[in-house]
Amino acid sequence: MEILDRVKKIIADQLGVDEDEVVPEASFIDDLGADSLDIVELIMAFEEEFDLEIPDEDAEKIKTVQDVIDYIKNHTS
Amino acid sequence: MQKQRVVITGLGVISPVGTGKEKFWKSLLEGKSGIDYITRFNCDEFPTKFAGEVKDYNPEDYIDNKELKRLDRFAQFVIGAAGMAIDDAGLDLSSVDLTRVGVVVGCGIGGVETWEKQYSVLMEKGPKRVSPFFVPMMISNMASGQISIFFNLKGPNFTVTTACASGTAAIGEAFRILQRNEADVILTGGTEAPITPLSLAGFSSMKALSTRNEDPSRASRPFDKDRDGFVMGEGAGILVMETLEHALKRGARIYAEVLGYGCTADAHHLTQPAPEGEGAKRAMLAAIKDAGIQPEEIDYINAHGTSTPLNDKFETMAIKSVFGEHAYNLFISSTKSMTGHLLGAAGAVEAIATVMTVYTDEVHPTINYETPDPECDLNYVPNTSVKKKINVALSNSMGFGGHNATIIIGKIKN
Repeated sequence: MEILDRVKKIIADQLGVDEDEVVPEASFIDDLGADSLDIVELIMAFEEEFDLEIPDEDAEKIKTVQDVIDYIKNHTS
Repeated sequence: MQKQRVVITGLGVISPVGTGKEKFWKSLLEGKSGIDYITRFNCDEFPTKFAGEVKDYNPEDYIDNKELKRLDRFAQFVIGAAGMAIDDAGLDLSSVDLTRVGVVVGCGIGGVETWEKQYSVLMEKGPKRVSPFFVPMMISNMASGQISIFFNLKGPNFTVTTACASGTAAIGEAFRILQRNEADVILTGGTEAPITPLSLAGFSSMKALSTRNEDPSRASRPFDKDRDGFVMGEGAGILVMETLEHALKRGARIYAEVLGYGCTADAHHLTQPAPEGEGAKRAMLAAIKDAGIQPEEIDYINAHGTSTPLNDKFETMAIKSVFGEHAYNLFISSTKSMTGHLLGAAGAVEAIATVMTVYTDEVHPTINYETPDPECDLNYVPNTSVKKKINVALSNSMGFGGHNATIIIGKIKN
């Protein structure tokens, strides 16, 4: 599965939104209804799915779906 | 200051004998047991393999998917029960002062299922994988906190934790707040979702539970000579309680009036009731005094009646000590004979049963009553419901830690 599809599925599951709403430019907080606890849970889920460790200072910069995709692309081989 | 009179105008219940006031009450009058083998997890290795599970509640009817994931089962129950109670009361939340609507709910344990799952995560995957929702899902005060968030209720709000007396104590405390005119309406009651491996194992180790594995529906047998422990149950009960003035102003249907509340401690033992039910006796006397009535005016007692050898014996002694000869005129029944013991929710669903008794003049039975115990020789309404005019009823709850709570509910008088 493409990174985008895997990311979409996690976000849709965790935030209870339709996958169609999970477009690259969508902001977790402003567009997808996430709060600070949701973001923590999402970051954990991405770490698990992509076998990554996302430090807090990097996590703080992740605001949109595209930010996650870019981060994953840059940190996985 | 003149105390406000307090009435009950809405009922919502989720229980092992049915969800919704109608189904719950019908099952109780029919003497239907809600106890069966546990389906939520494998309990092959457990000494007790049965409980009263809730089978007909769909949380999706009340809570959207995203919210559902943030709620432990005890909180899913209480939101559904609150929604039902608000509907039943015909309470239009857009037309009342929400800063005058409170929530006081009992919960004995809290999110034990969440605790167990997240502890497994901690052990298997390490601390960085423990959910950020662990704490807000697990803490028992979310019983009242979640109701306020969900329905935007901004008045007095707290959760009462006095083990198996929690539900009754919550109702009593809500009654006091309304009497003092610190709120117009309070959603009160209790919730519990204790049917999990750790909790079942713990109660089993205490030898508190019945082990009648060959016949689960006959295991909860309060006051019967062959009782061998309580049966765990789950669910929630919520009552809409309001000042009489507020209820009359909005033209609400009134089920019954709350007349009195008493609360005491045994100061005796972790789990055993005080000899002869001394603490329970004082709770009943305090509630009777608070109601300003004579013991002889009480027609019905919804007993704590857990089906443990000691509780039922001591509760009977306490009733005799409070009522003297009148004890033999009382109709007494144990809802737990059908629902099992809902712990922190027990007093709440039993208060609903008590309200329905006063409202309908029908008394539900104590089922599985087969062999009389010479030490329990009162009228426990064995096995079949009876029609009887009930003007004033009393409901008892006692909890580990030696907590005792009694409320008195009566027909509304003009």
